[in-house]
Amino acid sequence: MSPKPTLLKILDYVSILLLAVATYLALVFAPTELIMGNAQRIFYFHIGTAWTALLGFIFAAVLGILYLVTKNIKWDILEVAAVEISVVFFLITIILGSIWARPIWNTWWTWDPRLTTAAVTELIYIAYFMLRSGIEDPERRARFGAVYTLLGGVSAPITFMSIRLFRSIHPVVIGAANANQEKMNMTPDMLTAFLFALFTFTVIFIDLFWNRYRLGQLEAKVEQLKLSNQ
Amino acid sequence: MLTPSLLRATLAIVRKDLSAELRSRELLSAMLVFSLLVILIFNFTLDLDPVTRKDVTAGVLWSTFAFAGTLGLNRSMAVEKDRGSLDGLLLAPIDRSAIFFGKAISNLAFMLIVEAIVLPVYAVLYNENLFQPGLLLVILLGSVGYAAVGTLLASMAVHARTRDVLLPILLFPVILPVLLAAVKASNAFLADAPLAEIMPSLNILIGYDVIFIALSYMFFDEIVDE
Amino acid sequence: MIEVYKLTKRFGTKTVLRGLDFDVRAGEFVALLGPNGAGKTTFLRVLASLSRPTFGEVTVAGHKLPAESAQVRARLGVVSHLPLLYADLSAEENLQFFARLYAVSSLQSRITEVLELVGLDTRRKDLVRNFSRGMTQRLSIGRAILHDPQVILFDEPYTGLDQDASEMLDDVLRTVAKQGRTVVMTSHDLARAEDLATRFDVLSRGVIAASATRDSFGGGNLLSFYKQALAG
Repeated sequence: MSPKPTLLKILDYVSILLLAVATYLALVFAPTELIMGNAQRIFYFHIGTAWTALLGFIFAAVLGILYLVTKNIKWDILEVAAVEISVVFFLITIILGSIWARPIWNTWWTWDPRLTTAAVTELIYIAYFMLRSGIEDPERRARFGAVYTLLGGVSAPITFMSIRLFRSIHPVVIGAANANQEKMNMTPDMLTAFLFALFTFTVIFIDLFWNRYRLGQLEAKVEQLKLSNQ
Repeated sequence: MLTPSLLRATLAIVRKDLSAELRSRELLSAMLVFSLLVILIFNFTLDLDPVTRKDVTAGVLWSTFAFAGTLGLNRSMAVEKDRGSLDGLLLAPIDRSAIFFGKAISNLAFMLIVEAIVLPVYAVLYNENLFQPGLLLVILLGSVGYAAVGTLLASMAVHARTRDVLLPILLFPVILPVLLAAVKASNAFLADAPLAEIMPSLNILIGYDVIFIALSYMFFDEIVDE
Repeated sequence: MIEVYKLTKRFGTKTVLRGLDFDVRAGEFVALLGPNGAGKTTFLRVLASLSRPTFGEVTVAGHKLPAESAQVRARLGVVSHLPLLYADLSAEENLQFFARLYAVSSLQSRITEVLELVGLDTRRKDLVRNFSRGMTQRLSIGRAILHDPQVILFDEPYTGLDQDASEMLDDVLRTVAKQGRTVVMTSHDLARAEDLATRFDVLSRGVIAASATRDSFGGGNLLSFYKQALAG
């Protein structure tokens, strides 16, 4: 295994630094929201993690297609890295959302389309890891993994639509909102904190992704050594 | 040297599955007994008195179909895998989609047979009229999507060490839109709701069926070919 | 009839076949010998079109794999240690099903012919579930030759058979081979291979380590040839 590239080392430190700044912006710099109070500060990291996790899931589906087309195991290692980090980020999103909901909606959880879809999406990718762990042949594991990420990626939006047949109370933050839904109006400082959080989590994602990919390559190597010793 | 057409090969597989099943009745009897047990359990756990019952009929029915369905899917793929007969199918000069459609149609047939028995039993037990064309249409649409995705995922699960427990875990999060839309539409039909209110659910069911039949058909090669 | 040039097969990062060359002329009966894990089954699965080559060229019965899989499959019969049959169907129904998949013409007379050949014509209505291991294996051979293939692959056909069943299988294999077909058989059982095959190839560490025809032995010892091939 090649030593850790300098750029990656730098990125590690930059990520930590950015996270510190983003935390400051969210907790201190941004003004307190009038209606929701301090609880609203959770929103910056909530969206930050959600944004990167969702992009990560889409990215994983693209990597899945690349694997199926080329059958190059590299894409599979990248796909696992993307899914794994996205699952953790999305879990953080759900937990942060829950903490926010407790004072605002007066409940930890509600079966709203967004929340339910989020939970189902988490379950799809947990199922993805259970599928992978049950298959020994690395090549078959990669094919099945790619197919399942694609099935999951297509079904998640349909799940969202089908739950909407029931109803929704999740706030629509950006874009058109229904009149009866809570809508946040962001001041410029809030917007700064918000955009900075998006940027920070994107950088953290890239950093973790790179590290995880290197780990995946090592895993593949270990597996190869194990198999060739049999 | 001839190869059979897609239709002929598909029908041969369906015919093989149905005649083997009609002989052993292992899969159908397991699905049926299981379905009746699920309904029995729901009866007591949900305390289905005449008032609440009306609202949960569709939910109970669809949960029953979903649970019993995994039993059938697992069994129907295991039969192919255990004696190597899946390789026997793959060795034949037929299109892979014939194998997919053959297995999916057999699985759909098994589900429909079970549903055709469970439905009147439920109707008698709870004195409810379930023979409405709308409801039957929803059951057909829901079962088609379920059988298509179920067949694809069962042919993945069968390769895993943990195959029997794995199938429902893989299937349920992906099949959720079908269950939700089917429950919504079934309830609406049972409550004589206007068609405009039912259409969104039906659209989701039809959309899901079309998309997932196409995807399953596309991916089946990737699952069975090495 | 079979031409394999620099075949490599990888599973993920694990390499099973490493640039294997293999050539079989029409009518040859090749015994493919080798220790467990040498890649015999993987190699046979590639020849059978069940497994795609990672690199290299494979031609079976004049058609390239994997591009012309369907043509190869129509000219190929495979018998493995698994029966590839349905337990809840009778012998006849199993053959009917596979005959349909191979678009066999004059189905019924061909099935009768095959059942007679493998000595099961009196048991045609019996369920495969009630067959002994030996009978199941003979029916598997019947299934494999149903469409009159030019090439037949046997993967450890003697696994789990007792003495009587093995001898019966010998007879069936000889009959099948006599009809001018090309046969490749993997086996652990050197004595059985020596009886049947016209050529012996040893597969070791993913390549053909040695190859000799029956005549080139001149009554020599297959076991010592095999051991030498593995040592070299």
